[in-house]
Amino acid sequence: MDLPVIIIIAIVVILVVVAIAIYNSLVQKRLRIDEAFAQIEVQLKRRHDLIPNLVNAVKGYMGFEQKVLTDVTNARAAAVAAGSQGPAQQAAAENMLTSTLRSLFAVVENYPELKANENVLSLQEQLTTTENQISFSRQHYNATVLDYNTSIATFPNALIAGPLGFSKREFFDAEPEAANVPNVDLSLS
Amino acid sequence: MARSTFYQQAAANRRNSFLMAAFVIGLLALLGLLIGWAVFGSPTGGLGVAGFAIAAGGVSAVGTYFAGDSLVLAVSGAHEVDEARAPQLMNVVRELAIAANVPMPKVYLIDDTAPNAFATGRDPAHASVAITTGLLEKLDREELQGVIGHELSHVRNYDIRFGLIVAVMVGVIAILADFFLRFTFWGGGRSRSSNREGGGGAQLVIFLLAISLAILAPIISRFIQLAVNRQREYLADASAVELTRNPYGLERALGKISGDQEVLEVANRGTQHLYFTNPIKRFEKRSSGLMSTHPAIIDRINRLRELTGDPPLGSAEAASLAGLE
Repeated sequence: MDLPVIIIIAIVVILVVVAIAIYNSLVQKRLRIDEAFAQIEVQLKRRHDLIPNLVNAVKGYMGFEQKVLTDVTNARAAAVAAGSQGPAQQAAAENMLTSTLRSLFAVVENYPELKANENVLSLQEQLTTTENQISFSRQHYNATVLDYNTSIATFPNALIAGPLGFSKREFFDAEPEAANVPNVDLSLS
Repeated sequence: MARSTFYQQAAANRRNSFLMAAFVIGLLALLGLLIGWAVFGSPTGGLGVAGFAIAAGGVSAVGTYFAGDSLVLAVSGAHEVDEARAPQLMNVVRELAIAANVPMPKVYLIDDTAPNAFATGRDPAHASVAITTGLLEKLDREELQGVIGHELSHVRNYDIRFGLIVAVMVGVIAILADFFLRFTFWGGGRSRSSNREGGGGAQLVIFLLAISLAILAPIISRFIQLAVNRQREYLADASAVELTRNPYGLERALGKISGDQEVLEVANRGTQHLYFTNPIKRFEKRSSGLMSTHPAIIDRINRLRELTGDPPLGSAEAASLAGLE
């Protein structure tokens, strides 16, 4: 064979190998996003399951503040419904739920019997930890998405990502500045 | 602004720790070389002893690598807890394990009213976090988050492995130096080296060098171990803030703990470097000095205040923190 032919074959082989490596790394990054999102969903589900218990536990005491409870229940229903509408929608609904929950805890502060109730305290702790876990998982998820989005948009990965259908992923957005959220100390001690 | 300061702190701390560890291993090799040269009268013999010293360090390091954590936990009287016994503690650890992206460590409690904590283990998958019951009682949730964030940073940064290995190297240097000095005083080296060749002027110099290094190396390496430890404490504080996004919890926890007068009974000279703050209180007063395992709490608080843009605490506030109130 002629030298030029060999050189051309070599270049083609190298290009194919590089393309395969890029493809694999993109697939891996996309999998990491799904994994990170699955982690958030476990915690969201847990929070959805805890809320009815909390509502039941405080219902009897809070005769005059039924509106707060209905808000929480509605926000929970909306958040459950948003479960299939993609990260951005879901994040918006969950943020709504977080702020209604905070109002509820703020109201609970006014009821000494509730603050002393073991069951309510335990639910409050569980909801606090779930919320923290959601927010830490969200940081992790968003970092993974940022990494993936950057890598499909930059050269040379972009040459492969476009044709092979790697599209940008949505962030699970952090809640907007807590401007109208009451500032409540939720610490339990 | 605050973030870039944090990353600078973290990078500088990591670099310093690495250089110091390399220096300790280098010191061990040099000590081995000089001793071997002095005893066997040739550089080749020196290399042999240096190799032996590194190997002995390696073997002990492997032993510590696999058994060190259970030993430390047993010595400290720590017992494992579960969800039912300490739900809030388990929750906080789980939250920060998610934040640090490490597996959930095993959690231990030490029955002692002095507030303190430590982490140990060979890597994040085999890590344990132990806290005292006093810490659990005296801190609120945010402060507990700060302390656990600090301990999980030690886990994530591999400080726990690093600490075990540096401790072993320092031990091996001490043993080697001790061995040589005793050997010399019993006359073994002297007679052999003078018998071998008449013109031993160079040999005598090597011999004196070996003796002086055998005296100095254990002291130097101990200083370096302590300096590494202090660097790692600063790094873990900075990392804890990165994880919790909340410098105030950790700052308040440090303040509360330094104001606490209780002494941790189960801590000793061998385990004090592991803890969140130095458990042996009387060292705290001169703790910015070279012989301390931890930076002074006031310095740690001021570095955190730098991150949040708050002015450093003045001497009056510092005095009240030192437990003089």
